Amino acid sequence: MIGQSAIRKEGRAKVLGATQYTADVPVEGLWRGATVRSDVPRGILRGIHFGEGIPWSEFTVVTAADIPGKNRVASIVADQPFLVGIGEEVMHPEQPVVLLAHPDRYLLEAARKAVRLEIEPLPSVLDMDASLRQDELIYGKDNLLKEIRIAKGDPAPMWETAAFVVEGDYRTGAQEQLYLETQAILAFADTDENGLRITIQGSLQCPYYVHGAIAGLFDLPADHVRVTALEMGGAFGGKEDYPSLIAGHAALLAWKSGHPVRIVYDREEDMAATTKRHPSRTHIKSAFDANGHLLALDVDFQLDGGAYATMSPVVLSRGTLHAAGVYRCPHVAIHGRALATNTPPPGAFRGFGAPQSLFAIERHMDICAQRMGMDPVELRRRNFLCLGDSMATGQVIREDLDLAGLMDRALVELDYDAKRKRFQTENAASPEVCRGVGFAVFMHGCGFTGSGEAKLASVAGLEALPDGRVSVLAASTEMGQGKHTVFAQVAAEALGLPIEFVEVAPSDTSRVPNSGPTVASRSTMVVGKLIQDAAVAFRQGLLQQGLLHEPFTPEAFQAAVRAMLARSGSYKTYAQYHTPPQQKWDDTSYQGDAYPTFTWACYATHVAVDTVTWEVAVEDFVAVQEVGRVINPTLAKGQIQGGVAQGIGFGLWEEVRMQNGRMVNTQLTNYAIPTLADLPEIRVVFLENPHPAGPGGAKGLGELPMNGPAPALLNAVDFAVGPLRLDEVPMTPERLLDRAEEVARG
Amino acid sequence: MRGFLPAMELQRPASLSEALQMLAAHTGRPFAGGTDLMVVYNAGKLRETRFLDIARLPELQGIRETPEYLDLGALCTFTELLAHPAIHRHFPNLVKSAKATGALAIQNRGTLGGNIANASPAADTPPCLLAYGAELELVSPRGTRVVPYESFHQGYKVMDLAADELVARIRVPKYSDTSVHYFRKVGTRQAQAIAKLSLALVAQVADGCIANLRIGLGAVAPAPVRARHAEGVLQGQPLADLPMVAALEALLADMSPIDDIRSTAHYRSTVTRNLLGQALRTLSATGN
Amino acid sequence: MAERITLTFTLNGKPQTLAVHPMTRLLDMLREDLGLTGTKEGCGEGECGACAVLLDGRVVNSCLIPALQVEGCDLVTIEGLAMASGLHPVQAALLAHNGAQCGFCSPGMAISAADLLRRCPNPNHGQVKDALSGNLCRCTGYTKIVEAVQAAARSEA
Ligand SMILES: Cc1cc2nc3c(=O)[nH]c(=O)nc-3n(C[C@H](O)[C@H](O)[C@H](O)COP(=O)(O)OP(=O)(O)OC[C@H]3O[C@@H](n4cnc5c(N)ncnc54)[C@H](O)[C@@H]3O)c2cc1C
Ligand code: FES
Ligand code: FES
Repeated sequence: MIGQSAIRKEGRAKVLGATQYTADVPVEGLWRGATVRSDVPRGILRGIHFGEGIPWSEFTVVTAADIPGKNRVASIVADQPFLVGIGEEVMHPEQPVVLLAHPDRYLLEAARKAVRLEIEPLPSVLDMDASLRQDELIYGKDNLLKEIRIAKGDPAPMWETAAFVVEGDYRTGAQEQLYLETQAILAFADTDENGLRITIQGSLQCPYYVHGAIAGLFDLPADHVRVTALEMGGAFGGKEDYPSLIAGHAALLAWKSGHPVRIVYDREEDMAATTKRHPSRTHIKSAFDANGHLLALDVDFQLDGGAYATMSPVVLSRGTLHAAGVYRCPHVAIHGRALATNTPPPGAFRGFGAPQSLFAIERHMDICAQRMGMDPVELRRRNFLCLGDSMATGQVIREDLDLAGLMDRALVELDYDAKRKRFQTENAASPEVCRGVGFAVFMHGCGFTGSGEAKLASVAGLEALPDGRVSVLAASTEMGQGKHTVFAQVAAEALGLPIEFVEVAPSDTSRVPNSGPTVASRSTMVVGKLIQDAAVAFRQGLLQQGLLHEPFTPEAFQAAVRAMLARSGSYKTYAQYHTPPQQKWDDTSYQGDAYPTFTWACYATHVAVDTVTWEVAVEDFVAVQEVGRVINPTLAKGQIQGGVAQGIGFGLWEEVRMQNGRMVNTQLTNYAIPTLADLPEIRVVFLENPHPAGPGGAKGLGELPMNGPAPALLNAVDFAVGPLRLDEVPMTPERLLDRAEEVARG
Repeated sequence: MRGFLPAMELQRPASLSEALQMLAAHTGRPFAGGTDLMVVYNAGKLRETRFLDIARLPELQGIRETPEYLDLGALCTFTELLAHPAIHRHFPNLVKSAKATGALAIQNRGTLGGNIANASPAADTPPCLLAYGAELELVSPRGTRVVPYESFHQGYKVMDLAADELVARIRVPKYSDTSVHYFRKVGTRQAQAIAKLSLALVAQVADGCIANLRIGLGAVAPAPVRARHAEGVLQGQPLADLPMVAALEALLADMSPIDDIRSTAHYRSTVTRNLLGQALRTLSATGN
Repeated sequence: MAERITLTFTLNGKPQTLAVHPMTRLLDMLREDLGLTGTKEGCGEGECGACAVLLDGRVVNSCLIPALQVEGCDLVTIEGLAMASGLHPVQAALLAHNGAQCGFCSPGMAISAADLLRRCPNPNHGQVKDALSGNLCRCTGYTKIVEAVQAAARSEA
């Protein structure tokens, strides 16, 4: 079962259009909810005015004053209110202030426009520079949402003695997840003799996050809140934390109106208000000896974290932990800071900080090679981490890591050497369109950072179904990545059954245990492993009870399960996460094993730069990665290809334009994600090196593909038309033209 | 959906004359393929509330070919244009621009008349129609008048089109077989993209010299414009020795690009000049 | 306030009569008045193709079409694409090739692909590109979708 391309379990319903996403669920007596938001970056809310011409008596109106429990979204730091109250500080544009519900969507929209917020303006901090300068203190005592330092050895003496010291500054922009299904939540509130019960269904990645948020908002016991993740039309991190806020809003409206309420954001609202990838800037100082061996690295990594902490501490952590890249280096200092600004808080997006810092280091390595007159392939080859080396946190590589092999494979697949020579000649002969090759070597830490998994102590399980089949119990959600299928495969393999005998239960908090959020490339590796363990226990139980004898047919297994149910009414097995004893992590010193393991990759590409228009066309893209064991090759390829496409968008086109703290290009016509016409076939190669942390040796692979494309592309553009100051993504044609003119000016 | 449905009206006049009467009586504005209007309606930014569905009026449909010109109904969709052999034979720039308009579902619905009357500076067929020297046939209850397309756009969304007039047909004169046609659109991406800028050029070559040159520009002025200054420098010049530098310099006077959500004034101006350079290189290559 | 009109058209092969406001988006008419939720809204501005349907045999974005313009037309939605015998070949291929990940673009993608294969049973890569570049997909990077369409063409041919 493991290693086979089982057909996606929910795929048939999807191609038929029969899948019910949140906006598709028919609900009797439904009201619709809408959100009135601030339009200024900072100020004090002084008043709320309800305009003329709207039958307000028909509406349910909720403000902060209505909130029965805590007006804070439960998160890493509980600093973000569900709604800003009168007299309180508005911290960013698009901040929710008033909620409205009505059965008629058109009237509701008219009403939303008729509410006027009176906000007394305060000076605001709109970018990282202003935040660092502390022009205004908007958060804590220093505008820092989080600060992290990683230290290994002592870089300082190297700056004097090294043969080469190369410095560089790099920037990455915000990026919208652009799941095709916008944010959507359905809320029900019912009161019985035991009190209020809130039920949430929606497009959400982390049912237990929402569960916690609702329990706090209404001050309810855990069993009075039920959260179910419905099928999702994409998420990519964008439905990790923001749904907690929307679910709170929908629940408040449902509770106050006495009707089920659905909130569906339209694309503009979704783009303007919800989370994005954190904008970043990175300064790297590096020292090499005369042979190109890396001696020291000093990295200053900064993220724009927006107005509240939300996910910034953990995004910063991951970014910082990936900042030194895949290189062996004896002296490393990394300083990470997430800076507060009066902008809508960014959040999780595939890669989670790593694409930002890896862009910097992988672009930097090419620039170092240029400065040192070395081949970028050779420079990397001399510095790759190997078995026994230690990373910046002191984490020792315990697997048989062959980055050079990975790189060579990608270069061969791309035909790098031949193209390199050919393009050099062709570019000289016809400079109108110049081609270039480039690549990046990188990794992604699997699962939660540091002690995250230990703190979570996730549980997953298996349950006997009345017909003798088995159901997987986990809170992990399906957003297109194929979790239903992969979990079923893992369980089927461990049970010794065909996949049809395994179901995956809906991600409903009343039914499944807390297996943690569906993030951090952890579902297959961490939760999958728990499912495998629970499945082994399940089968063992049947054998020990004498109900099943090996070898068995699926029918015999079914009969045994039914017999077990007849005997004891229900049969479930669970497994809980325990940190492997060799894995040590210290949160205060940032030393130890940051991740149980990493996936490793080299992505190589060839691009054509049209020097008439400065458009970049991606003509070939090869993604070679080592991801442990591949459970379902077809689904895994799909994950990589989709991630690469997003990475290409991040590198070349996708730009969030801000004015006064607000995103202004909030439509698909002016925020350009790649169409089919913009992408080449994305070629994927898996190298397998099974790892004990995951089921059947699998590691997590969902985020990895986001990390490599941007630096690989800019390295290729530099080959084609450089050397240019290609230090920023997205490298739009406008920027590329500016960079080319910079060189022309001298 | 941010539009307020209950306030909207959409009626279907039974005939052209009824449509014109209704227009004259201010009963509504024309609504053709809706690919511009519905976007504005969806965004809740449509100011007018009353519309007339003109999409089925036969007088505004169809493509007729005469020896001198092609006569296109305002309601021709981009897909209909692309399906007509005469367009491919005589107007390669229209083929390119129609193919570069949105994507298939937009081409199936969007009309040439709508593309013109929407008066977006970034629309794709207008620069081509300018370069081809098209004429518009406008109808109103007062009758029919024919205007040269080059005088139709008079400023940002300002047109030589009265409130009671419809764009009925578009006439495009055929060029000789030896003409050179160049069109290029630079969008935000390779499909489903609005132009950051575009340039259409048509020229005939006589005795080794440029004759009958017309250049149309998109997205670099408040409306689609002819590049008259650049044309003036190039008209009649020998292909073997085109005044490139002077032409590119003159082109600056034809443009007034702006910074906006899609691009920068600098990029627009530089790349439009680059396109002219490329077009002229193509032109000289054909002359050699 | 405008009157509702009575609209008559063919929906997935069957005659249909419905009272609607003439400016109701076809998308809303399908999803809300007719309960056909297979057609999705991804943008409401004609960009994404998730709302694609076949109107008189042509792919259109239903978010851009007012109900009035459907009068007398033949309308096919994703619900009408599958045949009595099972999945339409493009649906079967999307399933087999993992061309549907989150599945939100899939109905529109299937409509556009089915239209392509009807017009052009053996499309080359350029034709697939022209036919599907108005259908945005954020999950797949399109590679598997193109594979699926080509496989469907082979199975149909
Ligand atoms: C996703 C998307 C992509 C697009 N991409 C492009 C692109 O790449 N290039 C491009 O140029 N355009 C593009 N457009 C814009 C649009 O499709 C075109 O402008 C189209 O030609 C408009 O035609 P229509 O019939 O749909 O216009 P409508 O929306 O029906 O009307 C547009 C305007 O013209 C008026 N009008 C229409 N017909 C007449 C007439 N006969 N007489 C007088 N007035 C009339 C209407 O009153 C209205 O003001 C795109 C639109 C969308 C939604
Ligand atoms: S919803 Fe109609 S095209 Fe996106
Ligand atoms: S499969 Fe998710 S958008 Fe295409």
